[in-house]
Amino acid sequence: MSTVAEAPGGPPTAGATASDRPRSTIGSGELTSGWQTLRRGFQLSPALGRGLGVTLLLAALSTIGSSVIPVVVQRTLDSGLLGPSGVDRAVVWRYVGLAGVIVVLTTGAGYLMKYRLYRASEQGLADLRVKAFRHVHDLPVLTQDTERRGALVSRVTSDVDQVSLFLQFNGLLMVTSAGQVVVATVIMAWYSWQLTVVVWLCFLPLVATLRLTQRAMTTAYARVRSSVADMLSVIAEPVVGASVVRAHAIAGRTQDRIDAAIETNLRANVTAQRVVALTFASAGVAGGLANAAVVVLGVLLGLAGHLSIGSVIAFAFLVSLFVGPVTTATQVVTEAQNALASWRRVIGVLDTPADVVDPGAAGVTLPRGSLTARFESVGYAYPDGPPVLHDVDVLLPPRARVAVVGETGSGKTTFAKLLCRIMDPRAGRVLIDGVDLREVSFASLRQRVVMVPQEGFLFDASLADNLRYGQPDAEESTLLAALRDLQLDDWFSTLPAGLVTEVGQRGESLSAGERQLVALVRAYLADPDLLVLDEATSAVDPQTELRLTRALNRLLSGRTSVVVAHRLSTAETADEVLVFDAGRLVERGRHAGLVATGGVYARLHASWVAQARLSSNVSGESAILEQ
Amino acid sequence: MSSRTGRTGVGTTREGLRLLARGMREQRRFFTVAVLGSLVYGGLTVADAWILGWATDSVITPSFADGHLATGLVVAVIGLFMAVATLRALGVIARRLVGGVVNYRLLADYRRRVTRRYLELPMSWHHEHPTGQLLSNANADVEATWAVMMPLPMAVGVLAMLLVAVIAMLTADVVLTSVGLVVFPLLFALNVGYQRFLSERITRAQALRGEVSEVAHESFDGALVVSTLGRAGAETERFARVSAQLRDANIAAGRIRSIFDPVLEALPNVGVLLVVALGVERVAAGAAQPGDVVQVAYLFTVIAFPVRAFGWVLGELPRSVVGWHRVRAVLDAPGQAVYGDAAVPGAGPLALAVRDLEFSYAAELPVLEELSLDVAPGSTVALVGLTGSGKSTLASLLVRLVDPDRGAVCIDGRDLRELSHEALAGAVALVPQQTFLFDDTVRENVTLGLAVDDARVYEALRVAQADRFVAALPRGLDSRLGERGTTLSGGQRQRLTLARALVRRPRLLVLDDATSALDPDIEARILDALRRQSRSGGATVVVVAYRKATIALADEVLFLSQGRVVDRGRHAELVQRSTAYRDLVDAYDTAREQADAELAFDESRVPR
Repeated sequence: MSTVAEAPGGPPTAGATASDRPRSTIGSGELTSGWQTLRRGFQLSPALGRGLGVTLLLAALSTIGSSVIPVVVQRTLDSGLLGPSGVDRAVVWRYVGLAGVIVVLTTGAGYLMKYRLYRASEQGLADLRVKAFRHVHDLPVLTQDTERRGALVSRVTSDVDQVSLFLQFNGLLMVTSAGQVVVATVIMAWYSWQLTVVVWLCFLPLVATLRLTQRAMTTAYARVRSSVADMLSVIAEPVVGASVVRAHAIAGRTQDRIDAAIETNLRANVTAQRVVALTFASAGVAGGLANAAVVVLGVLLGLAGHLSIGSVIAFAFLVSLFVGPVTTATQVVTEAQNALASWRRVIGVLDTPADVVDPGAAGVTLPRGSLTARFESVGYAYPDGPPVLHDVDVLLPPRARVAVVGETGSGKTTFAKLLCRIMDPRAGRVLIDGVDLREVSFASLRQRVVMVPQEGFLFDASLADNLRYGQPDAEESTLLAALRDLQLDDWFSTLPAGLVTEVGQRGESLSAGERQLVALVRAYLADPDLLVLDEATSAVDPQTELRLTRALNRLLSGRTSVVVAHRLSTAETADEVLVFDAGRLVERGRHAGLVATGGVYARLHASWVAQARLSSNVSGESAILEQ
Repeated sequence: MSSRTGRTGVGTTREGLRLLARGMREQRRFFTVAVLGSLVYGGLTVADAWILGWATDSVITPSFADGHLATGLVVAVIGLFMAVATLRALGVIARRLVGGVVNYRLLADYRRRVTRRYLELPMSWHHEHPTGQLLSNANADVEATWAVMMPLPMAVGVLAMLLVAVIAMLTADVVLTSVGLVVFPLLFALNVGYQRFLSERITRAQALRGEVSEVAHESFDGALVVSTLGRAGAETERFARVSAQLRDANIAAGRIRSIFDPVLEALPNVGVLLVVALGVERVAAGAAQPGDVVQVAYLFTVIAFPVRAFGWVLGELPRSVVGWHRVRAVLDAPGQAVYGDAAVPGAGPLALAVRDLEFSYAAELPVLEELSLDVAPGSTVALVGLTGSGKSTLASLLVRLVDPDRGAVCIDGRDLRELSHEALAGAVALVPQQTFLFDDTVRENVTLGLAVDDARVYEALRVAQADRFVAALPRGLDSRLGERGTTLSGGQRQRLTLARALVRRPRLLVLDDATSALDPDIEARILDALRRQSRSGGATVVVVAYRKATIALADEVLFLSQGRVVDRGRHAELVQRSTAYRDLVDAYDTAREQADAELAFDESRVPR
């Protein structure tokens, strides 16, 4: 909806590109710290927090299972195998038995903990997903910035998936790893604080450089992601653009572009892999260093009387509890950050205020019947953008047939959308039957006012399902009757499967014109008091369109209709023509009067007639030939 | 999919192993390095346990007994541990990095092969396959195919590790080894079973994830319809339904994980306890040293995790096979667009002749039948007909996007099939209904690599009425288009596509309803410029059109109905003699007359 910069006196310039207009915003979250994100995330998905205390307790219990082993080894060695009185079986068996019970219990705790975590996180995130989905439908960006729909889809799909992966794997791993390191440290310290310090010193360089390696990994993966996006975009060329590539014989060039993108992706992947391999390898080196230190210093400490043989061995086992968490730390932290970013984006969607809010039960329910619509000093501007509609004052009387005309970008579609409350005006108000649209409950509004947009959008379902989209319990006979009423039975009879015809994704099995027909019947079936058509028949072939328009005119005689017209033939028959230019309602009246005035409409009409005249001349010739 | 893999489990495994062999063969060198690295890693992991066992018996215990630690032993302990750790780190790097290289090189290679096929296969093949499927063949399916190669070196290394571990255990104590011989196979079997169970559920969750995404896509794309018919609530319910299914599928997969993960973690611990219990008996009986017990016990702790690699490989196998089938379908697809080697001599507009053309997409549904026509050089011909009459099909035959079942299309007397691809593309150009823009600059989108200067690009843009909006773009010809660039309106895209054809100065230009998204006055200016150009000896023009203004430009009109030319002649002649034609092109005039009749009652009737 860009405004058109009108060159004075000259022909209208091409509409400015969509990118010129400021993009409406989706919040990406104002939360800066990870904790804030977590807190808000848990707030938005209460199911996540339910029973979390118990789950964490079980998680703590489950880490004990692995930690108990080194203790058993130490006890067995010191008091069983190398005991002062020789091998003491009873002691060993007692420890083994006790440890066995602990392992079984902690395994049980592990099962419960994980299962609870899966259930709670999946429930919480399914709720979050649905909540975000519902909210997206209330966001203006959805209908205003079609290029960003993909981003919105990823908010309710991959972003949520990312959070769920985080909670169930890396998040859990962070908690259990931390638990494991803490428990191991406590046990170590209980044996010997000196040796504990030594072990920690061996791993310290890795912990200290975690930030650095993690940053390297983040950069590397960011590069991988962008190379994947580039690659997918060029791989689409020989598929989506197959005919262009073929028609212009640019297969070689296309292949070169693809090969280059694939090569870049390969390099990015290998670089990222390098970082991963280095972090993994360095943890092993630290582990080896720790083992050597434990044996040597352990013996020295033992000789000084601070440590038993079993304790030294137990330390070696405990060191292995360190290696795992340290090995994966970089990756876990990196992915945790990605997940938090995803979470932040989902929260951002939910925290973006809805533009159009349903007053719901508090709203006014209007009685059915002929409808009056009124614009009172209505203005509209996209967020941070220049106004696209100024000071529109107009009254649409009941049963009027209104045509809206203007150049691309003149504000005519904005007018139609405001009339149906697809968005709310920035200034002034829109009323139906004297009530501000913002006060009318959606249930009532959507029943009385229906718009047919230019693109006949269909859902991947049968023709019948698509027809009854606005009227879910319509009988089959009602659908057939509607097709007949609109004189579309000729077209309908060409569909081999009739009402059960599958229309395909976005209705792609039908032609653009056929999709528009379905959209129109769908709107007609919804039985509104005000029908708004936004260039709704632009792709329908002229013969069918003419029949359809006549049928509609007859059928809508008791209702109000507003037609945003691409072809001026519509305007010629309208009760009233509204002429928009550069965001203003500049002229209104009946066709003949407007032509006589010699204003914007007269100019538009002249240009349209000039087109037709090309053929009129030919017809004129034929008329002469006839004589 | 799960039931299929279940039924033919053995076949799938065999096929999967063949796939692994193919991957290994094709990346022989890198794979060998990765496996060597993995072997080093596996062997040295076991060595770690051995060193600890040795240290227990030869360093720790004697030193405690002697009351002092010999310097030689200190050096030996540090040297051994550090040497093993460093070497093992190198092994890890080789395994992970080079193993990754194997996987990524296979991905790159197969993506190249698949996209090459896309470029070679005829348009008829493209028409039969949905774009979404082809995109996923080149991406997700290639990834699924080779995902299994990532953990493969690790799995091979683990195999070696297990072997060495058993030998190491045997050298320590035969009875203690029996614990390993029970625990390791159990661990192995559990892992494989785990991944199989999980893989089925993950596949289902993955499919549902696709559904969730489809519903979101569809619902957001149809936002205007959803909101104007007040169906946001119903859409949310629909989305909630698939989300709930996905949730349940994820929980089902989670349940499998919740059961197996703790058990897999516990099993080695149980092994250690068994070793300790049995070990005490062995030591008591004097058959083993405490160090042996320590060594075997430690082995269990270090081996438990790597053994999972087997599960990863075998669990991934069914999914890899499915991906491979899809990739193969493209690689093995028969057919290839074949071009001749003839050139198109001369310059200036071409004569077009179509002889007895027949074409059908499906065998029993002919789209074009016995179609013949001649177009004189430099003239403009309009194809007129209802939707489905075969106009677009004819247009794509004229530029050889598809080949006829019978008959021929000739330019200057030469069958299109005799021409080389370059000659063909240089002589004829199609501007299609559907526009496609490359994710590239405006200039590249127009030239598509053709070596022409900016003046010529602007000349083409001018005729296509695109020069002004391009000049108004922030970076002019260098502005980037596509997903991450400037968004153009439908009409602007059409004009660029037209310029793309014009910049090549084609000698036959075919416009397939190529101006449908334009405002009428812009369309009029384009057509006017085109007509002037063709009259001055530029190109022969064939234009598929609805609008009267477009049709009126033509020297001749071909009226198509149900795949045949039912009438031909000048517009005026056709209007006169054909009712069907008149009905079609006069639809607007009829509307205008009706309007006139209504307006006759108005006081201010204006002459037009």
